[in-house]
Amino acid sequence: MIELVIKKRLQSTDGTMTLILNEVINKGDFVALYGPSGAGKTSTLQLLAGLMKPDEGSIKVNDKYWYKNSKSLPLQDRNIAYMFQDYALFPNMTVRENIQFASKENSSTPLVSNLIKEMQLDELADKLPNSLSGGQQQRVALARAMAQEPDILLLDEPLSALDTQTRLSLQNHLAEFHRSMGLTTIMISHDISEIVKLADKVLKLEKGKVIESGSPEEVFMQKELSGKFKFTGEVINIKQQGFLCIVTVLIQNNQIKVIAQKTEIEDLDIGEKVVVASKAFNPIIYKLNK
Amino acid sequence: MDWQPLILTFQLAFITTLLLFIIAIPISHWLCFTKSKFKPVIETLISMPLVLPPTVLGFYFLLAFSPGNAFGSWLDSTLGLTLVFSFTGLVLASMIYSLPFMVHPILSAMSNLPDSLSNASYLMGYGKWRTLFKVMLPNIRTSLISGIILSFAHTIGEFGVVLMIGGNIPGKTKVASIAIYDEVESMNYAAANRYSLILFAIAFVILLSVYILNRNSKNQGLL
Repeated sequence: MIELVIKKRLQSTDGTMTLILNEVINKGDFVALYGPSGAGKTSTLQLLAGLMKPDEGSIKVNDKYWYKNSKSLPLQDRNIAYMFQDYALFPNMTVRENIQFASKENSSTPLVSNLIKEMQLDELADKLPNSLSGGQQQRVALARAMAQEPDILLLDEPLSALDTQTRLSLQNHLAEFHRSMGLTTIMISHDISEIVKLADKVLKLEKGKVIESGSPEEVFMQKELSGKFKFTGEVINIKQQGFLCIVTVLIQNNQIKVIAQKTEIEDLDIGEKVVVASKAFNPIIYKLNK
Repeated sequence: MDWQPLILTFQLAFITTLLLFIIAIPISHWLCFTKSKFKPVIETLISMPLVLPPTVLGFYFLLAFSPGNAFGSWLDSTLGLTLVFSFTGLVLASMIYSLPFMVHPILSAMSNLPDSLSNASYLMGYGKWRTLFKVMLPNIRTSLISGIILSFAHTIGEFGVVLMIGGNIPGKTKVASIAIYDEVESMNYAAANRYSLILFAIAFVILLSVYILNRNSKNQGLL
């Protein structure tokens, strides 16, 4: 269990602000930090990792104080894997050496070779990180984080700037690792569909304060809605057709056309996040033959 | 031709560079991470040899190391060390004289490395030294090599400091640059020319290798 009671003054683009956290995160939770840039999301991860020290307060993890009265537990003793926004792969080491370096065992362990196989890095294992594409580097970074066998996994927008296909496959890996290794995961993400898919708790931050928290459904969807099914997606097109409008919504990698009345879409713009829900009929479900 | 001054020059440059390399890494590492308010003072002191006339440095070394003074006589009586007009004194003076040429490339490369690299290593459980040797230094190897080459070249080229503190003792402190001065003074231009040509060629080759190295590493994206 992680107990954060923290005050920290931060410099942001519009002057100073105070990050105030008073949160409890249970072991095994998958928490998403959501909010505009400059809200204090990365600082929250850095405070927990020990890369930044609080001004006031304490950090307690499993009944042990990681920070209290200006005393800070060394980074080395926290057993945290941090996937940085720039991946922080060591340029002097090959893919295999990067993963090996993170592993606590000295010799080549089955864990390292399993991770290489699982993340489909076999062909890249002897290459240097600088010669890889962004998506490949991200796979290496995730494999390296797992090689650490951490208790806590921190992800700073891990899957941004990736094409949908790569993103989905990495999301699946992430969910799988989180479950199988019993991790407590905290992820910064701007993508609601990603949060809904992966996280079981969301902290919505704004100007250094948690303004909403709860399950992704509670935070992102209107509570009075009780649809039979609902998906979050992004509006990619709005087309006028007579009295009606056709709104194209991107849900994961499917484009879905929804008919809407003009009044319904008055305040809707391209690029906005929406929920597509239906409660009036029974959906048909059938198995796909592969 | 007397090869002694050239051999002495290279001995001096080699020992100076080796010792500088060993001390410059911890100095740069400290400067890179420290939040101490004395940092600008230390940086200034390290850079002073870049702007001061070598004779100024040499003059103060001479005063400080002279057995007639408190520090010099203390060195002499406790450590049995006489630093004026000796090879040891030359090494020490050369180290201070060439310090910025070793520290600056290493420090600038260390500061340009993303913090996330060392932070990732700390979070993997590695301490400061393991991180320095396994993660930081291998990624700034081009700058380490530039530092070594530049310090070596700069030590070969020193004159003022050596003249002030070392004098002109054959086999002990008479390095090539002093030998040239000496030969010119005794109107022996042919000998002066031979030493000069050799130094000219060496300086050219050394600097050329730095520029080629920098160009190649830029292409590979190394620091």
